[in-house]
Amino acid sequence: MILRGANGIGKTSLLMALAGYLHIEAGLIGWEKTKQDDDEKTAYEDMHFISHQYAIKENLSLTENLKFWADMNGGSKDDVFMALEKAGLGHGADFEALMLSQGQKKRLSLARLLVSKKPIWLLDEPTSALDSEGDKWVASLIDNHLDDGGLVIAATHLDLPMKKNKRIKTIILGQDK
Amino acid sequence: MSMKPFNAILIRDIKLASRSFGDVLTLVLFFIMIGVIIPFAIGPNKMLLASIAPGIIWMAAFLSSLLAIDRFFRADFEDGSLLAMRHANISLSAIAFAKLIALWVITILPLIIATPILAMMLFMDFEILIRTILSLLAGTPALIAFGGIGAAITVSLKRGGLIAPVLILPISIPILIFGISSIKANAGIGVESAAMLFLIAISLLAMVFAPFAIALALRLDQE
Repeated sequence: MILRGANGIGKTSLLMALAGYLHIEAGLIGWEKTKQDDDEKTAYEDMHFISHQYAIKENLSLTENLKFWADMNGGSKDDVFMALEKAGLGHGADFEALMLSQGQKKRLSLARLLVSKKPIWLLDEPTSALDSEGDKWVASLIDNHLDDGGLVIAATHLDLPMKKNKRIKTIILGQDK
Repeated sequence: MSMKPFNAILIRDIKLASRSFGDVLTLVLFFIMIGVIIPFAIGPNKMLLASIAPGIIWMAAFLSSLLAIDRFFRADFEDGSLLAMRHANISLSAIAFAKLIALWVITILPLIIATPILAMMLFMDFEILIRTILSLLAGTPALIAFGGIGAAITVSLKRGGLIAPVLILPISIPILIFGISSIKANAGIGVESAAMLFLIAISLLAMVFAPFAIALALRLDQE
């Protein structure tokens, strides 16, 4: 699902409410569970939220950064190397994150999606700071995730070059029906 | 709940502190500095210095930890790590507990290790030094727990600065009182051990309840 709309219309706020950070005054947010066997899990643990904040520690190397999130969300060391490779950061895996450019930081934060598999992805401007190659990479990530039966809710003001897919819907906030 | 995310936070925070070692060193230097200036202010009376030394060491530890409070959650709050952690396989209060333990290791432990240096400058007995270290070990977890609550409440303020220390000062005073009376040799039979037990009780209670308070405060911060 693609969320669009003018600056300040509330794309990020909507994502934050969906992610459970904001208290909503009215209405209801519900996630339907497909797996019944795991009662303890809440919907929030089935989510990745990639915001405009990178959640990267500059004093840690790329591998250490990603390994931390692998430990937090579930994922192995092999997943970390694979994700860094796919994000195009494999050659600098042992450098400190201090050296990264904005685009590379964005790639590293998106690599969290690949390390641990979770069905719901909430993405806030996933292609900001990325080059056109990066745009294509993000689009292919989303394509693959949809093919695996996952759910993506992305807020963006840039076009994402994804494959045509019947499941992709666009909602434009702030427009009358 | 598996222990993996818990350990990951612990290890990451300690690793981060060891890579920016200057922050740790600044705190230790501040701690020692208090011991350096006191003899100049009071005069070189060995007896007097030795008798007030436990109080000075506790005061120095107290002030140094207040100084460090503002840093507790700020970095993770500002770079979005705290938000992302809320989707991990671990509850926010468990995250808070892991961070409290890490904070104790990176702020208080270096101070306790530096305590003998202060003791030397203040002409302290070896026996009193040991008791001071024991009382610091027993009391400082509560200090960190209260500090964590203060830090969590003020983390969303751009210039939190001194607000958290002022906020937790009143509830931290009992730690200081019991901390000092658990050292005093001439306080009366049984008083030290009773004070020590109280100190341990405060620390245990604070470490149990603070993570929940911190989790609540962090949730409100992000709204």
